[in-house]
Parts: sequence; C-alpha cells; structure tokens
Amino acid sequence: MAKYIMKRIVYMIITLFIVASLTFFLMKLIPGSPFNNFEKLSEVQQNILLDKYGLKDPVPVQYFHYMVNMVKGDLGVSFQFDNTPVTELLVNRVGPSAQLGLQAMVVGAIIGIILGVLAALKQNTWIDYLCTFIAVVGKSIPSFIFAGLMQYYIAVKLGWLPVMLWRGPEYTILPTIALAMFPISIAARFMRTEMVEVLGSDYITLAKAKGASSFQISVKHALRNALIPVVTVLGPLAVSLMTGSLVIEQIFGVPGIGEQFVKSINVNDYPVIMGTNILFAVLFVIVTLIVDLLYGIIDPRIRISGGKS
Amino acid sequence: MEKILQVKDLNISFHTFSGEVKAIRGVNFDLMKGETLAIVGESGSGKSVTTKAIMRLLPEHNSEIKSGEILFEGKDLAKLTDKQMQKIRGHDISMIFQDPMTSLNPTMKISNQIMEPLIKHQNMSKHAAKARAIDLLKLVGIPKPEIRVNQYPHQFSGGMRQRVVIAIALACNPKILIADEPTTALDVTIQAQILELMKDLQKKIDTSIIFITHDLGVVANVADRVAVMYGGKIVEIGTADEIFYNPQHPYTWGLISSMPDLETESEELYSIPGTPPDLLDPPKGDAFAPRNPYVMKIDLEQEPPFFKVSDTHYAATWLLHPNAPKVEPPEVVKRRQSQFPSIREGK
Repeated sequence: MAKYIMKRIVYMIITLFIVASLTFFLMKLIPGSPFNNFEKLSEVQQNILLDKYGLKDPVPVQYFHYMVNMVKGDLGVSFQFDNTPVTELLVNRVGPSAQLGLQAMVVGAIIGIILGVLAALKQNTWIDYLCTFIAVVGKSIPSFIFAGLMQYYIAVKLGWLPVMLWRGPEYTILPTIALAMFPISIAARFMRTEMVEVLGSDYITLAKAKGASSFQISVKHALRNALIPVVTVLGPLAVSLMTGSLVIEQIFGVPGIGEQFVKSINVNDYPVIMGTNILFAVLFVIVTLIVDLLYGIIDPRIRISGGKS
Repeated sequence: MEKILQVKDLNISFHTFSGEVKAIRGVNFDLMKGETLAIVGESGSGKSVTTKAIMRLLPEHNSEIKSGEILFEGKDLAKLTDKQMQKIRGHDISMIFQDPMTSLNPTMKISNQIMEPLIKHQNMSKHAAKARAIDLLKLVGIPKPEIRVNQYPHQFSGGMRQRVVIAIALACNPKILIADEPTTALDVTIQAQILELMKDLQKKIDTSIIFITHDLGVVANVADRVAVMYGGKIVEIGTADEIFYNPQHPYTWGLISSMPDLETESEELYSIPGTPPDLLDPPKGDAFAPRNPYVMKIDLEQEPPFFKVSDTHYAATWLLHPNAPKVEPPEVVKRRQSQFPSIREGK
C-alpha cells in the first residue's frame, strides 16, 4: 500500500510539472502585459517595471526562472495586490472556498445518494418521480437562482439565516445549499441508475433466496456495489466545488479564491494565475488519489496490492 | 414415500406492454422426500418460472400467480406474506443459480455471504456461524477453507464459486434445494464434479432436489424422476427410466432424438423443427401441435388430458387415447424402448 502511494506521489509530481509548464506557456499567449492597464504609467515607467520583473526576457528564460523559484516554494509576488506574495494570497483565500466546497460536496453526496436509493427502491412510484424532479430541477436551474431565492425567502423574509458575508458557521449554510444542488442531482441520478441495475443482478436474487429482508438487501448488498461508479463522478466534482464557485462567492460575499482568480486573468497578473492554477492542480491530483484509494475500500476487486493475504 | 411439496394447478402470468403472457398454464407435480426431480424443456417453457414461483422470487411488479396452490408442510406458499416467506427462503427451501460468476456479491467476503442465512435463520453467534461456514466450505470440497473463507468472490474460479453457492444453499440443511441449471455455465469436467458433489450432499443431508436443466445428459446422471415441460405445461412426467426408455409424448421423442448417443449413425444431429409457442396467445389445442410430425386433427382443437402409462408415468398426448391410430416413434426412441422392454411393460 505504502509503495503504491509513493508511486502515485511521483506521478502526481510529474503531472503537476506538466500542468505548470502548459499553464505557463498558454498564459504567455494572452495578449497584453500586467502594466498596460495602468494608464497613468508612461511607456518608460512600464519598461522599468517589465525589466524589474524580468518580463522582457525571452519566454523560455522566464519559464526557467519561474520553475526554479517554484521548486523552492516561491510563487512570486502579485502585480495587482501591492507585491503581496502569491502564497500568502492563496493561503488567505483558499480556506473559505475549500470549506464551502467540501461542505457542499458532503451534503450533496449524502442527500443525493439517499434520494437515488429511495427512487430506485420505489421505482415508478411518486417517490421516484419526486426524486427525479428534484434532480432535474437541481441540474437545470443555475445555482445563483437558488442563491437569490434563498437569500430573499430564508434570510430576508424569515430572517432565519444571515443574507451574506463570512463570519461564522451559520454564514456558510445558504451558500452550501446553493452549491450542493448540483452534486445532489448528479449523485441522485447516478445512484438511481446504478441501484436499479444492481437490484436486478443475480447476487441480489441469491440474497433474497437466502431469506434476507428488503432492508438488509438494499443496505448490505446493493448500496456498496452501486456506490462504485458514483464515486467516480463525485471525485472530480468535489475538486471543482472546492476550488470555488465564482458566482456563489460573489453573491454571498465569500472571500474565496474564485473571485481572485478571474480578476488576475483580466489584468494579466501572471504569478497569481500560475499560483492559483497550480493550487487547483494540486487539489485535483490529491482528490484523484483519494478517490482511487476509496475505490479499493469499496470494491475489493481493485484493492491495491493487498492481494497476498 | 412422503410428499414434501405439492404444486397444484399453478397458473402464472406476466403483464407486459404487449399483453398478458401466460407463462405457466396449469402445472401439477409432487416432490417426494429425498428424491431428485428434474424439470427439462427448452428456453421459455416455464421451468425457471415454476421454481421461482415456489421461492416467490418472481418480480412483484409484473408477475402474478393467477391460481393454484404450492403446498409445503401444509402451508400454501403462494399465499404467505413476505415476512413469512423470508423465514422459509434459505431455511426450508434454498436455491442454486445458473451463473456462479454473477451470483455472489462481489464486495462481500465469502464468510459473510455464508454466515448470513445462519445468523438469520438459526440465531447463531457470529463466531459460531463462521466456524460453520468453514465446515461448509470443507463439505463442498474447497481446500484450505480457513483461508478461503476470508476471501472475496473474485479470488475464486467459476467451479469454486458454484461450490460456495452450494455451501450457502446448504447452510441451514434445507428440506428442498432448487437448482436452476447449476452446471450450465461451467465446463464439462467441472460440471461432473459439481453433479457428484450435489449427489453426495443429497445423501448426507437427505434433501429433496428440483433440478432444472435442458441438458438430458445431466438429467440421466442425477434424476430419479423427470418432468418434461413445453409451452408452460408439463407434457410428460415419469421416472427417469420411463422417460428415457419409454417416452410417450412426441415432444419427448423429439428431445431424445436430438440427444447424441454412441449409436447415432446419421451425421447430422436431429433438431425439432419450428419455434416454441407464443404464450401471449397460447394455441387452443396441444401447444406442440404445430411442430408435431404426428399431429392429428384433435391436437389443434382440444388440449390433451394426462393419460396414465404406469403408476408413475403420465403423458399428455392424444396419441395415447384408445381411439388414436398407432404410430411408429422415431428410430432412436424405438431402439431405446427395445433396450429395456421391462420398463415398457410397466415393471
């Protein structure tokens, strides 16, 4: 197991190197420079700044410098935020985004799986149709509409929860629900399909033939088998949620990473673009590893290297 | 001998988009204690549906037991509630399925799969159930059961998996074991091993077996009695000797003629022409009539009743009616009949 994880970590580093390189060259294709937005600067001043940050060097040289610094743990300084180190910017901003994403993911997965299982067990009844309806609504209506509706009815009209900002656990509830609608729909649809298929399989009939009750059959036999494909879809979804949703963060005034990312692209803030992208990539490979390890826990057939016992 | 199970005038229908499929149309049979009854017939003849009905494993949403009784120890299984049925499944009646590759839960240890009925029906502790699971694996001939019991199904070969399925079925010493084509998915050598194992175990725990198959070679190997099904009905039932050496129904003749034996001379193996009847709209007379080379006018108009051949042997064909013309059965059947004339004379 340890050997497998070590191997995976080596692959992860290679992946990150490739992602960083690709991002760097693609980013350099964006027209403009970080300083032509500053209209007050004369051409001479701009030139001085470009020189200072090494932006006049040929792209491969810049790339080399960046990579060397990156390995040392230095992601450079932001052009737009007064030379604040990028690492500091990221550390301050990533917390709320990750927390929100994680909460939305956990809530979404649990509710979605429950809905999917219910729909499959009560196939073609009103429960099934209701779950399908929730899933379709959750997937087809954008999250910002839910966000607005909840802010109006739950926060303003009923006053149960704060409308926005980020000052404590109760502030996270509404954005979490708004963000969770999508994973709920995805998990519910996948879970229903898988569960229906698993419930029709031979080993479920055998479990029935053993005298198991329908509750035992669905919980002990069907659920775990139906979860395998669901984990596959939820993994990448978790990353995209954790790396922040610009819209939801804007609506609820969450000081997350999404807003900062978009702004930095608009103003060619190279170090922030790179830093954020690398952070996303790191999260992605880590979640992928977790998903792969989860597979092994759920499905003994693909358990890694434990086959000797 | 004591009757352990009686199926009386069973009628089962499936409700489909194109209409009602009358899958089982008046099936009657008895199962004696300790015997092996083979049910043979081609795909769609109703073999599996009959046995699934006994276990009440037919899909609830589209199948219906229209009429009839399934009597087991004085109880009509067709009328029990789900809860009552759960106590019988796996305890009094258990089942082995066709494909061992798919009939075990891939994410559950073998031990838990065998222990499940033990804990459920015999209130065993986990510890005792595990010890019993190891004993059962030993009983079905799995080497190193102490190690194997902690493994998962994917670590077993097809034949070994079927042994595990048999171990699960036998866990609570059932009174009836239903084997639904248990060897069809296995290769021939493994088939023979599994059949031997089943015969062995039957002696050890004195269970009755209903053996479903379309392989007459297997039938000859295991069965005490044979029921031949066609178009949702039993068309002939008798002891294995009677069915093999003195068959009466033209469909049974067809089945036996299409079985290769050492004396088969012609190069091409016989097959029964035509296709099985459409049970959405079952034929009025004998369901086999359109494919029957000996068809008579009455076959198309009236269903034949059972005619008694001997105390244990009945066949539903108008050919046995006293007024029917004498017909010559196919060569293969005549040869078989002449091999054991004693069976023909009723003893």
